Amino acid sequence: MAVWVFAEATERGPGEPALEVLSKAASHGEAVAVYLGQASGEALAVLGAHGASTVYNLTGGGDLPAAAATAALAELVERESPGAVLFAQTYTSRDVAGRLAARIDRPVISNAVDVAIDDGCTVTTEVFGGTQLVRTAFTGPGPHLVLVRPKSFSAEERGGTVSRVEEYPLPDAGHAGSPQVVDTTVEQAEGPQLGSAKVIISGGRGLGSAEAYSLIESVAEPLGAATGATRAIVDAGWVPYAKQVGQTGKTVKPEVYIACGVSGAMQHLVGMKDSKRIVAINKDPEAPIFSVADLGIVGDVHHVLPRLAETLRSRD
Amino acid sequence: MQILVCVKQIPDPASPSSLDPDTSRLVRPPEQVLDDTDRYGIEVGLQLAEQTEGAVTLLSMGPTGTMQGIRQALAMGVGKAVLIDDPALEDSDALTTAKVLAAAARREGFDVLVTGVESTDGYSGVVPQMTAELLGVPALTFARRVEMDGPALRIERQTASGFDVVLSPLPAVLSVTAGAVEPRYPTFRGIMAARSKPVDTLTAADLSVSCDPGQTVVSVAPAPERQAGEVVEDSGTGHLRIVEFLEAARVV
Repeated sequence: MAVWVFAEATERGPGEPALEVLSKAASHGEAVAVYLGQASGEALAVLGAHGASTVYNLTGGGDLPAAAATAALAELVERESPGAVLFAQTYTSRDVAGRLAARIDRPVISNAVDVAIDDGCTVTTEVFGGTQLVRTAFTGPGPHLVLVRPKSFSAEERGGTVSRVEEYPLPDAGHAGSPQVVDTTVEQAEGPQLGSAKVIISGGRGLGSAEAYSLIESVAEPLGAATGATRAIVDAGWVPYAKQVGQTGKTVKPEVYIACGVSGAMQHLVGMKDSKRIVAINKDPEAPIFSVADLGIVGDVHHVLPRLAETLRSRD
Repeated sequence: MQILVCVKQIPDPASPSSLDPDTSRLVRPPEQVLDDTDRYGIEVGLQLAEQTEGAVTLLSMGPTGTMQGIRQALAMGVGKAVLIDDPALEDSDALTTAKVLAAAARREGFDVLVTGVESTDGYSGVVPQMTAELLGVPALTFARRVEMDGPALRIERQTASGFDVVLSPLPAVLSVTAGAVEPRYPTFRGIMAARSKPVDTLTAADLSVSCDPGQTVVSVAPAPERQAGEVVEDSGTGHLRIVEFLEAARVV
């Protein structure tokens, strides 16, 4: 049973979350990539190396391509009858997965952290802040649609190549496809990224003010760490959304995660509890974050962080 | 302009949640609260209505219970509510929910249908897109800023690296992030008025939607727990302990 993986083009070709899912699909057998965006030879090589034997390349389309991509994907799915279509849970893929489910009248399961595909398809999700694992099986006909949380699988090069590419121009999606992107702003282009940094240092409400986020940055710099945030301080407007770690933000798995003034709400824990090591600094000894921390410092971030930054800088 | 805002009553997140051992459904007490993230959608809806001399109607599916959450939403200044409460919908998945909301939206008529990005209890995060597809309209998802631009809607849509400014004709589905606006607090007058606002209740049959989730829970098990480690009181040397830890982890 062929497993399809939807992959959107980024500035650097196929995105890492899609490659993670493609690697997983390839481990089950024949994997097919549906690539949204003009596929260069380099992009095809990357898809092949991660296990795609066939690539359907969806090309053209408007600024917000989800509606048109859905129409194209629905036609391809109808023609080829894949057993499952997996999506990485990124913005555009989430839009396409939701639209496709409605268009072909099949359920989609979101927030998957594991997928088992044999004759059927069983999906594992986490509930209650990751304290319980729920396994859900599809009961109806395929294709089974699954949205996978980033970092659930590792992207692995298997050394394969793509043997077949079919270019599939996106159809006109009419009114549903009519929005236009009139401007694009990049908020976090420089420096270590949350998705790949070895060390992440995050701040929460315990920082007390937007200005105090500079304490996080002052420690991040000598460490070469990426900087993150809880939903509470993103909602408060202290830092941009691109920094949010948690259920509604990014899922991260660095070598070391340093949580500063973070209480440890379920919403946040889901996004970082699988970090290899966790350090927490919080003045409340009862803060839930300490229950997942390998090292907990009960103290005031306003005292600990400046000293930590100073010590790290003096080592360089 | 006719604005519909989808909201959800959820079990109070401050209380412990559980799954029913027989049905694996989330246990929902009668006194559910308004999903906090829905306050942003309500605020956006109210602001759009103020700019266009429009009207806001709430759409909500789920067990009505004591209506505490719906009253919270009405108290912010919404004119009326349409509730879809039917035991036949208890097993609803995201797609069934979207079918119900789309059918109700068609019945009410709309220029903009506002939702949150995802609910706090189920967080499937695909209902807005599904609803848009069923209605054949654009899905302006992950909006962090919203305003009218003549007859069009102008939004800032979150992307992995920042945001895009998107211009869209109406009608459209709009999903807004928490933090998109500063939700207003209900006034005393608003709270009093919420008690007498019109509330229509519909069933699945009224909307010709049936529930077939196409999935079944096969197991629920505790996740492997992470062990808590060493916790030390900072007496001025906590930072040195962190440096030692980072050295042991070979990241400095």
